[in-house]
Amino acid sequence: MIASIDDKDRIFTNIYGFQDWGVDGAMKRGDWDNTKDLMIRGQDQIIEDIKASGLRGRGGAGFPTGMKWSFMPKESKPGKPSFLLINADESEPGSCKDREILRHDPHKLLEGALIAGFAMRARAAYIYIRGEFIREAENLFAAVAQAYDKGLLGKNAAGSGYDFDVFVHRGAGAYICGEETAQIESLEGKKGQPRLKPPFPAGVGLFGCPTTVNNVESIAVVPTILRRGPSWFAGIGRDKNQGTKLFQISGHVNNPTVVEEAMGISFRELVDKHAGGIRGGWDNLLAVIPGGSSVPLVPAAQIIDAPMDFDGLREVGSGLGTAAIIVMDKSTDIVRAISRISYFYKHESCGQCTPCREGTGWMWRVMERLRTGEAEMHEIDMLHEVTKQVEGHTICALGDAAAWPIQGLIKHFRPEIERRISDFRSDMAVAAE
Amino acid sequence: MADAVHIPDEAETRARWGAFAWTDANAATAKEVFARYPKGREHSAIMPLLDLAQRQVGAETQTQGWLPVPVIEFVAAQVGMPYIRALEVVSFYTMYNMAPVGRHHVQVCGTTPCMLRGSDDVLAACYAKGLKKGATTADGLFTLTEVECLGACVNAPMVQINDDNYEDLTFETTTTILEALARGESPKPGPQVDRFLSAPMGGPTVLKEYTS
Repeated sequence: MIASIDDKDRIFTNIYGFQDWGVDGAMKRGDWDNTKDLMIRGQDQIIEDIKASGLRGRGGAGFPTGMKWSFMPKESKPGKPSFLLINADESEPGSCKDREILRHDPHKLLEGALIAGFAMRARAAYIYIRGEFIREAENLFAAVAQAYDKGLLGKNAAGSGYDFDVFVHRGAGAYICGEETAQIESLEGKKGQPRLKPPFPAGVGLFGCPTTVNNVESIAVVPTILRRGPSWFAGIGRDKNQGTKLFQISGHVNNPTVVEEAMGISFRELVDKHAGGIRGGWDNLLAVIPGGSSVPLVPAAQIIDAPMDFDGLREVGSGLGTAAIIVMDKSTDIVRAISRISYFYKHESCGQCTPCREGTGWMWRVMERLRTGEAEMHEIDMLHEVTKQVEGHTICALGDAAAWPIQGLIKHFRPEIERRISDFRSDMAVAAE
Repeated sequence: MADAVHIPDEAETRARWGAFAWTDANAATAKEVFARYPKGREHSAIMPLLDLAQRQVGAETQTQGWLPVPVIEFVAAQVGMPYIRALEVVSFYTMYNMAPVGRHHVQVCGTTPCMLRGSDDVLAACYAKGLKKGATTADGLFTLTEVECLGACVNAPMVQINDDNYEDLTFETTTTILEALARGESPKPGPQVDRFLSAPMGGPTVLKEYTS
């Protein structure tokens, strides 16, 4: 089991916002310290170092970040500059880590944008921030202006000899714009409906130009990884599950919070150490959704000693996702909790693919009947079958994300659903007498 | 489509908003917005400009604003886009209001992380003050909307009112906030319990050097 880290290994030192988030405070904490020295090693070496650090994308899918960057063209065709698109459309229920970076440590993100943009030979970065992050966007806009004032962005950014711009683009309320191609569509002034792949964004992305889309946290950790060396980051956690991670612990814990910890820390240690334990004690734990609403829930017995990383959570039939941990104690109406997630996906389906457009509403309506018990027993299997028809049959992963929580519920809590149906029937029988 | 918005009568709307144009300050902001996108990619400015227009309508009507058809036409013309493409954008994203809203737009998060921590109580407090989902109160003060996850889950349950979040709510604190707003006050945003933003109750468990 991986041990908790010390403060000296924490990257986000102002995560709670006790200190000045502006450029002066950031510089005092070591950001923008000789950034050009990090860039002087050259584009290919930066990509190699990020590969060696073991950094995997922090937005949910966990794709190796350095490898993603290496897909970008080494030379731009005329009229086709490359872009870095930073995904700050944090909307996955349970997730609230990028918010803390955006409002309290925005300069880590901007310095990371410059270095990552340079490494992939991008001309500029766009930061797509969700529309509802209004105050967060104010800080971000201000941080960008500060960075330009200090010569850290723009022409000869940070004295590196490289010209690089960063622009902020606010969304306007649509979960689907967190999907990379939907985000590109949205940034081009359209409704955010995902594109078919291929072509992949690294070939044809924003404005038809090569584009890499990275999560906020993935970019914001880059300067520290390069400063401290890839082996430092790779030395934390387990093989293929390396580094530190921002965990968001919500739901039925005594003290919900966001905290940076080692990948692979056990669920029990994470919650006891930082979130004040489970409400009502460990015996009161029912189930946990460990990676944001899209991943299947895990029953208490299986999660308590699970390592919180990509492989550890895959082994218990779920996933790390964004490390948004939704804790549910025994007071939870578990069917309602999942049904509410089904409603979320129904609300957020962009409507482009029929299995998702129709399926999300269909699944939610059946979930609501299972919640009250006003259903037939065979409908549990029917619902499961429909989730299988939605899963894998849509352009983007929203269909999968809508299917998995229901599959997890049926897998682990089938007796509870059956009990509700039986109870509803016997109540009806009594009422009829 | 029972919950579809009721868009006000177009003739009336046209009479009121047909002459919509940027204020001087917003004309300057619009120019800054266009500078963020490459030449020939003016369509990208549609989202920030719709937001700007909605805020201007809000300022003129002492509400949180909405997007009447002539205003959408104005913004579409600004970015060189057919009206129908602009309308597609307006109707796709939840933050663009297609019908008028009140002075305060109360957006209660009802998604699972907030539900687990008591968003039912937050909604109940709103109902107790006469707010109704999808409607504006008769005095024009409050519009209530149940929204999907707003990304403040460790401070659940929460509500976004206008541009601010109110977090870690109960029935009582929600009531207090609504009453303060009704009196014309500006209640303090953020957590409504004794904690510092997203740090845990009782103080951070980490980073002592940076949090004192």
